[in-house]
Amino acid sequence: MSFVTGLRCRECGRRYPAEALHVCDFCFGPLEVDYDYEQIAAKVSRARIGEGPRTIWRYRDLLPVDDRAPVDLGAGFTPLVRADRLAAELGLGELWIKDDTANPTGSFKDRVVSVALTKARELGFKVAACASTGNLANSVAAHAARAGMGSVVLIPEDLEAAKVTMTAVYGGTVVAVKGSYDDVNRLCAELTSEHPSWAFVNVNVRTYYAEGSKTLAFEVAEQLGWQAPDHVVVPIASGSQLTKVAKGFSELAKVGLIEPAAIRISGAQATGCAPVATAFLTGADAIAPVKPKTIAKSLSIGNPADGWYALEAIRRSGGACAAVTDDEVLEGIRLLARTEGIFAETAGGVTIATLAKLAASGQVRPDERVVALVTGHGLKTVEALSGTVGPSVTIAPTLSAFDAALGEGSGTGGLP
Amino acid sequence: MSVTVRIPNQLRTLTGGKGEVEVEGATVGEALKALDAAHPGFAERLFDEEGRLRRFVNVFLADEDVRFLEGLETPVSSGQTVSVVPAVAGG
Repeated sequence: MSFVTGLRCRECGRRYPAEALHVCDFCFGPLEVDYDYEQIAAKVSRARIGEGPRTIWRYRDLLPVDDRAPVDLGAGFTPLVRADRLAAELGLGELWIKDDTANPTGSFKDRVVSVALTKARELGFKVAACASTGNLANSVAAHAARAGMGSVVLIPEDLEAAKVTMTAVYGGTVVAVKGSYDDVNRLCAELTSEHPSWAFVNVNVRTYYAEGSKTLAFEVAEQLGWQAPDHVVVPIASGSQLTKVAKGFSELAKVGLIEPAAIRISGAQATGCAPVATAFLTGADAIAPVKPKTIAKSLSIGNPADGWYALEAIRRSGGACAAVTDDEVLEGIRLLARTEGIFAETAGGVTIATLAKLAASGQVRPDERVVALVTGHGLKTVEALSGTVGPSVTIAPTLSAFDAALGEGSGTGGLP
Repeated sequence: MSVTVRIPNQLRTLTGGKGEVEVEGATVGEALKALDAAHPGFAERLFDEEGRLRRFVNVFLADEDVRFLEGLETPVSSGQTVSVVPAVAGG
């Protein structure tokens, strides 16, 4: 059995049973999973975790499910890569990339979906559903197939081709909606009231789903030898991931797996959709929604559900939040690929470009141990790079043509 | 103006289980006040002490967030639909 004691409203503190509930009936505040941390502390240990599977399920004591056989495609325990060449380019010291492109469907969403569908199945749901900017759609369709559940995935109609294909191939229902992600999300929030027998992973089972993102913090700490980093840079869409990364580190200290540490958490957004960065920079105490316009479609949430909590977590930790242009996003993608051999989707470009910006302004410092979260694979958004990368030259299949193009004096040399 | 207000699951205990309620009002704010008059309990759920929408309540007129319009002052025309939707969703 899990260590869950129930759900609690984050705003007014009202308590609820651990069912398919996501907001407080009274104030509409988000519900959070409550755990018995004393019991967890008594049971959990670095050794126990070390003996677990090389997936998010090694941290099951800190996840809100009972099922011993989770809905699992192998999400998590992705590489934490020391990034010395990138660090040198950015004038930083110890820099690590958490490479979540290595997840089964190519993004961090596999973490949250594995948790959500395991819980959904436990609660008796037969159909998984979601509103998605693409990565979640991929993951829900795949995990539902794995679990033998039906799936209904709603996406904006203008998504990248790969994200649509990578969803539809699993055979579920894919609904393209003529509107933005925020429109899709509003539709799903209303559909949840009309189809209570469907598990909308980011609506009625969102409370459990969101907990999956804590595993990013758990893995980073474990992979650093059970030490906390000084500074983590996280992309912001709904703000849920950043909020849960903060929660993850704090839980590790609470149950005695790491020493309590001050960890700065900074947020990354694209200027075309920067409601949280704008509030951070203006000192606002509310998030004003925006109409997104950026190539970083996986971060295009103009009305972020957890924007306020992400902002609070950033401010409380002494972190920063910044936004970068689409050109900077593309440069971020190329910089990470060129220096570390990791091909990220546009959201990863946002993270790297924001890291570069915060490093240049001194808000991320060379004396800090820094971790940047790269949360999705570049193959999902190749069209963003069309026209910016391609063959160096195109030649006839002859030695003379090769020499003419790449030989000495060709101007494309520099190779040893 | 007669408008339809769509009610989320969480608040249907106030409407006897109904998902849609017809009310009169010239603005979004008036329609929601009329909703509270017909089904007491809505106002304290939707508004804070200063009469503003609570942080976690989103209101849409014809599928557009009223924060992109004129907020609670947004005029409504007869036959339009106002939706009350919990803000905590998505991502």
